[in-house]
Amino acid sequence: MRSSGALGRRLPSAIAKQLVLALFAVICLFPVYYLFVTAFKSQGEYLRNLFGLPLNPVLENFATVFRGRRFLRWFANSVILMSGSVLASLMIAILAAYAFARMRFRGRDGLLGFILVLMIVPPVVMVIPLFKIMVALRILNTYPSVIVIYAGLTLPFSIYMLSSFFRTIPEAIIDSARIDGCRDLRLIRSIAVPLSAPALITVVLVNALWVWNELLIAVIFLQRDELKTLMVGLTIFKSRYNLDIPVTMAGLALATVPMLALYFAGQKHFIRGLVAGAVK
Amino acid sequence: MSRLKPYLFIAPALLVIALIFFYPVAEVFRTSLLRVSGRTSSFVGLGNYRSLFADQVFLAAIRHNARLLLAVPALLAVSLVLGILLFEGGAGFRFYRTVVFLPYIISIPVVGIVFGYIFQLNGILNQLLRAAGLGALAADWLGSSRFALWTIMGVVIWKEFGFGVVLFLARLMSVDEELYEAARIEGAGWLQVLVRITIPQLATVIEFFVVIMIITMLSWVFNYVYVMTSGGPGTSTMVTEYYIYLMAFRYNLQGPAAAASIVLLAVTVILILFRANISRRIELE
Repeated sequence: MRSSGALGRRLPSAIAKQLVLALFAVICLFPVYYLFVTAFKSQGEYLRNLFGLPLNPVLENFATVFRGRRFLRWFANSVILMSGSVLASLMIAILAAYAFARMRFRGRDGLLGFILVLMIVPPVVMVIPLFKIMVALRILNTYPSVIVIYAGLTLPFSIYMLSSFFRTIPEAIIDSARIDGCRDLRLIRSIAVPLSAPALITVVLVNALWVWNELLIAVIFLQRDELKTLMVGLTIFKSRYNLDIPVTMAGLALATVPMLALYFAGQKHFIRGLVAGAVK
Repeated sequence: MSRLKPYLFIAPALLVIALIFFYPVAEVFRTSLLRVSGRTSSFVGLGNYRSLFADQVFLAAIRHNARLLLAVPALLAVSLVLGILLFEGGAGFRFYRTVVFLPYIISIPVVGIVFGYIFQLNGILNQLLRAAGLGALAADWLGSSRFALWTIMGVVIWKEFGFGVVLFLARLMSVDEELYEAARIEGAGWLQVLVRITIPQLATVIEFFVVIMIITMLSWVFNYVYVMTSGGPGTSTMVTEYYIYLMAFRYNLQGPAAAASIVLLAVTVILILFRANISRRIELE
């Protein structure tokens, strides 16, 4: 990158760079492209035209997906579990993160460090005892059981993000509120939370994505068909429409669109959340 | 009262974490020392661990997780190259960052099913190979025990490398401009800047990424296997998590499943300690 470098020498390397980037862009985009174009092809066209743009786009596949209401049921289940667990995780984490960031107590730092480590423990390790607990409490195959599990599994990340954000709120703001007679709960509601909007959005987006895409817990804890989540439903869907690939693709496309929309709307927040912890 | 207050604030979180993490881990450890049959169970010490390491399927699962580790250097190389290319600027920076991170957003079941079709015997990949006159290379990528694990590895790389790119990019963008300025004034060449500044600045993030990816390959690949191959053909794509799932929920062999869970947890914990050591060093810097 010498500033005296002749244009003749920089140009080829710039072109080479663009070629490498373009190649990887194609590799990343192709499966996504294939998924969406196939969803709009009839079975006949798909067999003739494997990965071109649809020449006669059809919406039939989507109609087939919605037939029988199973798909809508799965979709609704995923939305319910996602909203419930993201909200629960957020509420519990706000309280804890405020204490970790803004109060002094014995064992604080050690406890926080320990909670953060839990982020990486594979859920499969906890699944056998959790299953027994849910059976004993007779809440297997219910929304609350899975909401609690998801809220618990996402808590370490939520606490981590929020406590590091709460720590950056200037002491002066908190102090002056205290002098005005603000108690802690009101402080959280009217100062800490409103000032932490970016961190809250990050926590909500990252957890929503995680819960929406989760498979293992959903497979084990929600076995009744009317309780299955979208991700589990898709794997069933695939075996049912094994030969009608466009119908399966329409289902996959519908399951992917909500997360794509969230990603494009909040890319900055997603990226901040997912790289948090590695980059200071 | 005010001394107790912090504990009241963290109590709900601790309660849920105890229920979802602490109790299950303790219980799974206890179960790993028992032989469970029906409602009765008896203490068998390390019996479950002994039979676990005598089980060819479990040993195969461990071998496969180990083989998946080969994806880590590939992931590192690809993410590093793209991260640095994007950092060095050029047209379309934002576009490429968005695109490269896209696979990380899409769920594994969706990714697994789409790639399942791409890698089918009559799927796109083989059709492209045939069209290019390379029909001899066409294969049943997920249906043959020779290729299935490698195919899964390829899909994991496709899905995860964007994470590395974004990670490296974020780190590079926070590097002090002056370092590069100084190097330019000294007349350092592109390669020198890369070796003397860029790579050293990335060192801790590279370590972080490598550890996270090792953990991913050892203990976060269940979804790929469940969706694409169910461990097959035969046991050619059996991995530790899938083995635990089958033992516990298909064959109801809780003792061995719990023992395998403890083995998996132990490996993960060792890696986490290693990682904690890294972040402590990052903080000291």
